[in-house]
Amino acid sequence: MESDKNILLKEFAPQLNRTGPWGYAWISFLLAVICLGIVAFFFQVLRGHEVTGMRDNVVWGIYIVNFIFFMGISYAGALISGTLHLFRSSWRKPIIRMAEFITIISLLIGPCFILLCIGRLDKLPYLAIFGRIQSPITWDVIAISTDIFGCLIFLYLAVLRDLATLRDDDIIKLSKWRKKLYKILALGYTGTPEQQLRLNRATDVMAAMIIAIAIIVYSVLAWIFSVTLQPGWHSTIFGPYFVIAAVYSGSAVLILSMWLFRKIYHLENYITKKHFVSVGVIMLVLAAFYGYFTFSDYLTKWYGSEKNDELLIRLLFNEYYWYFIISNYIGVLLPLIVVGIPKLRTITNITITSVVVIIALWLNRYLIVVPTLESPYLPIQDSRPEWLNYGATWIEWSLTAAGVAVFSLLFTLASKLIPIVPISGFHHDLEDKKEGISA
Amino acid sequence: MKEQSKNKSTRREFLKQGLVAGAGIAAGTGLISSLLDARTSESVEKVKVMTTDGQIREVDKAQLKLPRVSREESHYGIPGRKFVMVIDLAKCKNARKCVEACQKGHHLPKGQEFMKIYLLQDSDKTSPYWFPKPCFHCDNPLCVSVCPVGATYKRSDGIVLVDNERCIGCKFCMTGCPYSTRVFAWKHYPEFDEDKEPYSPEAGSPGKEGTVSKCDFCPDLIRVGKVPYCVSACPMGVIYFGDIDEDTVTNGTDTFQFSQLIKDRAGYRYLENLGTRPCVYYLPPVDRQYDVSLGFGDLNEEIKNRYNETPYVKKHKP
Repeated sequence: MESDKNILLKEFAPQLNRTGPWGYAWISFLLAVICLGIVAFFFQVLRGHEVTGMRDNVVWGIYIVNFIFFMGISYAGALISGTLHLFRSSWRKPIIRMAEFITIISLLIGPCFILLCIGRLDKLPYLAIFGRIQSPITWDVIAISTDIFGCLIFLYLAVLRDLATLRDDDIIKLSKWRKKLYKILALGYTGTPEQQLRLNRATDVMAAMIIAIAIIVYSVLAWIFSVTLQPGWHSTIFGPYFVIAAVYSGSAVLILSMWLFRKIYHLENYITKKHFVSVGVIMLVLAAFYGYFTFSDYLTKWYGSEKNDELLIRLLFNEYYWYFIISNYIGVLLPLIVVGIPKLRTITNITITSVVVIIALWLNRYLIVVPTLESPYLPIQDSRPEWLNYGATWIEWSLTAAGVAVFSLLFTLASKLIPIVPISGFHHDLEDKKEGISA
Repeated sequence: MKEQSKNKSTRREFLKQGLVAGAGIAAGTGLISSLLDARTSESVEKVKVMTTDGQIREVDKAQLKLPRVSREESHYGIPGRKFVMVIDLAKCKNARKCVEACQKGHHLPKGQEFMKIYLLQDSDKTSPYWFPKPCFHCDNPLCVSVCPVGATYKRSDGIVLVDNERCIGCKFCMTGCPYSTRVFAWKHYPEFDEDKEPYSPEAGSPGKEGTVSKCDFCPDLIRVGKVPYCVSACPMGVIYFGDIDEDTVTNGTDTFQFSQLIKDRAGYRYLENLGTRPCVYYLPPVDRQYDVSLGFGDLNEEIKNRYNETPYVKKHKP
């Protein structure tokens, strides 16, 4: 066992220890994008929200889209890692850490986007001081903060063994401050049977809890839309629809990050085709559910063709035709075909599919937010012509890019601090086997 | 009601002189008098007001400053009142005086109108009509339900107000309102600085950047016995304002019994099926005195272009 750990540590030493010129270039690039975002943010603060494409009709734009998107991939990470943990899937080890990282990092970025949408950031404390429990936004504040807390604990429990391993390591030479950091973070974990038992129990409890929290949080997010009377939002299906869409987008992000880390950190021995196919199959099942919910939602709107629903559908099939085709046709059918037909199941194909799915799901959120606001009950009139349609400005795009850059940067840095593949994973293996025998 | 409209012509003359007048006409409906008291002339520094004992007196315009209640006080309605508005669609010809007076009264920039005028046409074969739309001050207001900080509230007198000092600008109320009534201050507009008075939610002014505001039924005017800006500004007398408990509404010229008016003219509330229970009623556009095209008469290009997407304009485009 010990030797296994050592082999792994050696294998991961370069990632943890050194950052090559490409690594620095990558980090500098991300920092540059983030700087652009900071500039855009100052523009927005100094000149007011007028610099965005949002106006009185379309009051929420791509900030909200990004918010839903990042929260979505976060919940997906939680659901996937929690479920895989509870089911003790033996193949989960090399990818579970990634899912956990995705969860926590996107959970930190998501809420920032909703803050960008708020007119008076200086009055943000009012949410706590004068919070009204009747408002779905208050539900969201409570739910998201619970989720962040729960996911942090879950992630921490999951990395505790690795932190202890890194603290005790004498094979790769880690700098002093990092040793110190690992020592503090490892909380004196030495792997005694009692510690192991407790850790396992706590992880199980947290895994179950974050699954429940994730479902609740994403439903609450959907209710922000569906409690209103807006045609297109006022739908009972939104809660489960958002949960499914979230896990779906998250599975795609997981596949993409698996591919990237496999390439960059040379993890071909650990992340194999089997993993891509397994997560691919999860993605396929979710694609089917997502397609079913989407179809169900739009079919009822179209068939009954209530006046405002009809206007919305007309808008979606005209001005937003390609958005709709990509998000709700290609985004559903591609995984079904690529993962469904064994011949097509290659690592490259599955990865390309996941990229398409990520774009499709982002567009899906765009189609939920923007066209609905563009087709209110009272037609948009007596309003400046340039206010009729929404188009994101460079400010909004820069901040969106900055969000993606922060995600990538934190992901990169996290993988430098804590191995992206659990090095103490073999502990799990033994435990699982033991549990399997005793059960 | 017939008795009430008798005095119509004399009263109109009376008003044309720029006088401030009591509601002498509204015989038998003395309760409404407080709503009709003050009318000011804008061209002179001195204005005439009617005192409570019926005397007409000249006072400095500056003395007519509207009282502004505190934010705390604005949470409670005016005791014993329940306000209602009736809009007569048969008379509207998009003169936009209501919009202008409202903008001026609330120190609002162009493009941030509390009062909007739609050119609605219910279906292809039905006739188009002008549709002034203030806030409906719903009795079941979704905007109030969804506000996370209690910045918007429903008062005992039926008015839904926004406290811009509390508002965090999340815009949830804007998506909650099915009537697209609310407006957002996308930046600090110079018009906000025109108002030197301290902020009061009842005045809805001075505006604040990054917050939501909307039509407020002008409670600051009601407190001094006036009707909202839009009501007094309308040259056609389209908009009636009054008290549903007193069962009286007035457009400054004519005064009607609310229930009778709604009964006789088949008044209705817009999008009743949404269950928001508006406090604004509409009288259907029947027996119209003006062709709908008159509404384009004096509009400048910018305003005219705002109607480019309406079916009516598209159909009549040369």
